[in-house]
Amino acid sequence: MRRPLLIALAMLFAFAVIVLPVAAIFTRAFAEGAGVWLSAITAPETRAAIWLTILTALIVLPINIVFGLCAAWAIARFRFPGRRALLILIEIPFAISPIVAGLCFLLVYGAYGPVGAALQPYGLQLMFNLTGIVLVSLFVTCPFVVREVLPVLAVTGEDEERAALTLGASGWQIFSYVTFPNITWPLLYGAILATARAIGEFGAVSVVSGAIRGQTMTLPLQIELLYNDYNTTGAFAAATVLALLALVTLILRGLIAAFHPARGATS
Amino acid sequence: MIRTFAIAGSLALGIAASGPAQAQDEILNVSYDIARELYAAINPAFLDQYEGGDALTISQSHAGSSKQARAILQGLQADLVTFNQVLDVEILAENGFVAEDWQDQFPNNASPYYSLPAFMVREGNPQEIDGWDDLARDGVSVIFPNPKTSGNGRYTYLAAWAWALEEFDGDEDRVREYMNAVLDNVEVFDTGGRGATTTFVERGIGDVLVTFEAEALNISGQTEGYETVVPAQSLLAEFPVAVVERVAEQRGTGEVARDYLNFLYSTEGQEILASFNNRVHDEAVVEANADRFPETDLFTVEDVFGSWTEAQETHFGSGGVLDQLLRN
Repeated sequence: MRRPLLIALAMLFAFAVIVLPVAAIFTRAFAEGAGVWLSAITAPETRAAIWLTILTALIVLPINIVFGLCAAWAIARFRFPGRRALLILIEIPFAISPIVAGLCFLLVYGAYGPVGAALQPYGLQLMFNLTGIVLVSLFVTCPFVVREVLPVLAVTGEDEERAALTLGASGWQIFSYVTFPNITWPLLYGAILATARAIGEFGAVSVVSGAIRGQTMTLPLQIELLYNDYNTTGAFAAATVLALLALVTLILRGLIAAFHPARGATS
Repeated sequence: MIRTFAIAGSLALGIAASGPAQAQDEILNVSYDIARELYAAINPAFLDQYEGGDALTISQSHAGSSKQARAILQGLQADLVTFNQVLDVEILAENGFVAEDWQDQFPNNASPYYSLPAFMVREGNPQEIDGWDDLARDGVSVIFPNPKTSGNGRYTYLAAWAWALEEFDGDEDRVREYMNAVLDNVEVFDTGGRGATTTFVERGIGDVLVTFEAEALNISGQTEGYETVVPAQSLLAEFPVAVVERVAEQRGTGEVARDYLNFLYSTEGQEILASFNNRVHDEAVVEANADRFPETDLFTVEDVFGSWTEAQETHFGSGGVLDQLLRN
């Protein structure tokens, strides 16, 4: 008696909160036909926004992987002063509201911030362009890789690495033959989560973007703007692109879970 | 690590390339939220008649005008601004981005067009809303954006106050009583003008939406079922423009920026502005559009409240009159 009730409740919830809204995006976007949809997503400004969003994700991704690996490795394998502090620091972006993050970056890297002001005489501007968008995206996404990799590193321990060392492996060999195979999947998983977040980020980017049409509007910003311009079809068409990008990351995530059962069990 | 450096390097190059070097052929107009279609029409018209217009690109940035002013203070490279709030240009002037006498650099207080708070009602005007007194009537549901967060809402609030001040011969107690009644009738306080329009039009809430005449005419022109009512008295809402001297000087765009703003005052510019339901000053254009813009007496913020800064402090600051009214 209780079980069907619970299942029905869960299904109803998923339907009302997830299925309906997502379905609404697609029905609204295609309400006037596929041709209108296509011309809406290929409009120059929307195209520029799609490209900027992808470009941002592509720049943020490798930096995240390198930084995430370094940080996770350092925290898992070494004892050093400030280790706990680093652990907490990395979590901060999760706790801080993105809009506050954006404002913090403006305060530091804006024209009147200590860093921004120092760079200005050289004609270097960090905010209101791609650099600013990349910087805040890095901020909001940097915890993901560390958070996924660190627990796995901690669980696998150092035994295998020590064994490799006694067999005469170099540091790089140990990493590439022993450590890396253990963390491949969590690393990918974290990278995908980070990318999804970078693609969808609105608040922090909106503060530092400068909202120049066709130049510094990412896809989420462009969607809000089209919506406010009464361009409902354009907004929902752009939203389908964002939803599709999300879907791709979701499928990748599913594949990883399938190929790596341990991952699937914990998520 | 090599990868990080490579990326950092390419980023640095990217920044350098977007520096002053290539500035001459591009100007950035930083503007308010809902002016997108307007400037999308203005820009090609300007480039068509401008010598060297082929090689020039005009970029647009649109957001809430206070947010935009703040972004410019933080380094957004605007060559010129077209705002809907005098206060937001004043802030730029105070910080040395815009000339102190910016209001004298272009005609009509550097405001090439203007509008006023007006009413949008449902078809047939079932509640018979014709003037500011009707907003305070029992049972009338009023929509306008929150004056705390929206310039549009501030104009509505100040227009109602200015009307009441004259109606009650300066008796401030009665003005407050009237304002209380109006605020009591407000059904939803959206944060911005567009949000309020959505509430009224798409969610179907309220008997009357108070917003700029231009916005009301735009909507009632596009959508069936609405009428615009222009009250006999309202408040002048200026749309100030200025060259951002500090940026333009550095990028060598001062002259283009000035020509661009002057174009807004030309007959062609004024025609485009009027076609977006803004009121303009060019006599020929005014005459041609007389039927769309009924005559109305306009208070100015300067006459009634002294200045924008004073109005801001007295009414909208923390603990100001608006806060006191909302507490009751």
